[in-house]
Amino acid sequence: MQTPDTILPVAPIEVAQRSDARPPMHRDVVFDVRGLTVRYGTTVAVKDVSLEIHRNVVTALIGPSGCGKSTFIRCLNRMNDLIPGARVEGEVLYQGQNLYGPGVDPVAVRRWIGMVFQKPNPFPKSIYDNVAWAPKVLGLKDVDARVERALQQAALWDEVKGRLKRSALALSGGQQQRLCIARALAVEPEAVLLDEPASALDPIATSSIEDLIHELKRDYTIVIVTHNMQQAARVADMTAFFSLDVKEDGSRSGILVEYDETEKIFTQPSDPRTEGYVTGRFG
Amino acid sequence: MSAAPTTGLLTPDARLRRRKLVNHAMQAVGTLAALAAISVLGLVVYAVASRGYSALDRNFFTKVPATFGQSGGGIANSIAGSIVIVLVATAIALPFGVLVAIYLGELAPRRVTLAFSLVLDVLNGLPSIVIGIFIFALLVIGHGQAAWKASVALSIIMLPLVARSTQEVLALVPKELREGSLALGVSRWRAVLGVILPTSFGGILTGATLAVARAAGETAPLLFTCSVTVTTISWDPHQALQSIPLTIFELLESPDPADHARAWAAALVLMAFVLILSILAKTALARSRRKLSR
Repeated sequence: MQTPDTILPVAPIEVAQRSDARPPMHRDVVFDVRGLTVRYGTTVAVKDVSLEIHRNVVTALIGPSGCGKSTFIRCLNRMNDLIPGARVEGEVLYQGQNLYGPGVDPVAVRRWIGMVFQKPNPFPKSIYDNVAWAPKVLGLKDVDARVERALQQAALWDEVKGRLKRSALALSGGQQQRLCIARALAVEPEAVLLDEPASALDPIATSSIEDLIHELKRDYTIVIVTHNMQQAARVADMTAFFSLDVKEDGSRSGILVEYDETEKIFTQPSDPRTEGYVTGRFG
Repeated sequence: MSAAPTTGLLTPDARLRRRKLVNHAMQAVGTLAALAAISVLGLVVYAVASRGYSALDRNFFTKVPATFGQSGGGIANSIAGSIVIVLVATAIALPFGVLVAIYLGELAPRRVTLAFSLVLDVLNGLPSIVIGIFIFALLVIGHGQAAWKASVALSIIMLPLVARSTQEVLALVPKELREGSLALGVSRWRAVLGVILPTSFGGILTGATLAVARAAGETAPLLFTCSVTVTTISWDPHQALQSIPLTIFELLESPDPADHARAWAAALVLMAFVLILSILAKTALARSRRKLSR
């Protein structure tokens, strides 16, 4: 029995940092978010968040439900534009350009910053057409080679190379999600945003997606939202902990509590709220 | 807890028996209503088929009406005319209606969508004779009748049917597919064309079929726009053409009982056309679904 004062030992979460992949604190900044506030109507989903996201690094966003992590990641490629009533304040500098600046076209933004969603959402087309569609629409060359490369990058090629013309809907959930990743990679974006990419998958499929993320960070900058802390610990170099700020009047808004190297977040967090969350006392 | 356990009565008492009786009665009424609805259709089909069957032969489909005083002849001219009129009407209404639905479902602000949907419903409720008179005043007076003018009138009837049914189907396309396509950096229009329309293709086809079936049977809009009696087979939409609904009307007004049988046979042809069209659309829909789930 522990007395209430005892600080719980930190949960035994394995932090899968390889020695060759030291958290690169001084690499290029890809996203420089400054004072980002997002409102849906009168509710504040994300309040005054500032953080930097680095090139070729996996950055995880963790936190309890409703803390605005999904809203935040959807600001990084302007997917929030699709939600009526969403208003964004502050700056999201992407390689120095404000994504919300005048003259910036969300269609062009999304072409360079891809996104994979929580639920696998393959188009009701063949496997080949799922991957080939966007490159064709964008007028890119060598579509067949691109399709093969993207499927290989997504670790799906060996499983589907014999049935590229078959419907994508016949694939298993995990394969469908890797297909969606291949689809996002086929246009060769610079950054890939993953919004809870494994939460609808079983543990084996989840593990293959996580392996994939390790591979992909060599070529891409990756931001991943997850509510699975072990997953963040396994895949991410940097981790941002979001939480809910509840005011006396009951209004809730998502805030960034702490942002640091993943190892530090999970072993010696500097904010007691982070510690409470990663040790399972809250959220 | 130590007292003997009391169980509820497990056999029906008088109250439950009465409730069960009401239950059975309501089930019977509902079943009867459903059967009655089906049998109305059955009776219509039977009445038309039994009276028209005798007049159906190869000549009926291949020959034009016999000249006055002679027997035999068919309605080939009306069949050709109906095909031309409905085809042109579909060619106008289908792309138009689908575009309207895309605008309402994908592009317009919500308030505009609500207002436009209401307008389409009102348009759908307009009596077809009003549309016929409108096209008569607009296109026929001073210029004469033509098949394409009837097609325009029919397309006005088809437009709200196509647009509203397409709108319903587009609304069923999962949000995830919309986001997934837009997240690839394609423009809205390409997402609609490449992902959203193909996904809802089957539903659009079903709605279009219903609209075609409705248009094929419309008579009132043809009265003022394309009702000159023509006894030759022509596929030219610039001419006035004979059509099946008007032929039925004219044949039934004839004093000759043989013409009455021909009228029933023409009605049977019209009905069969609608039925075959529905079956074809359903088959195409099932095939496209099968292809997708394989």
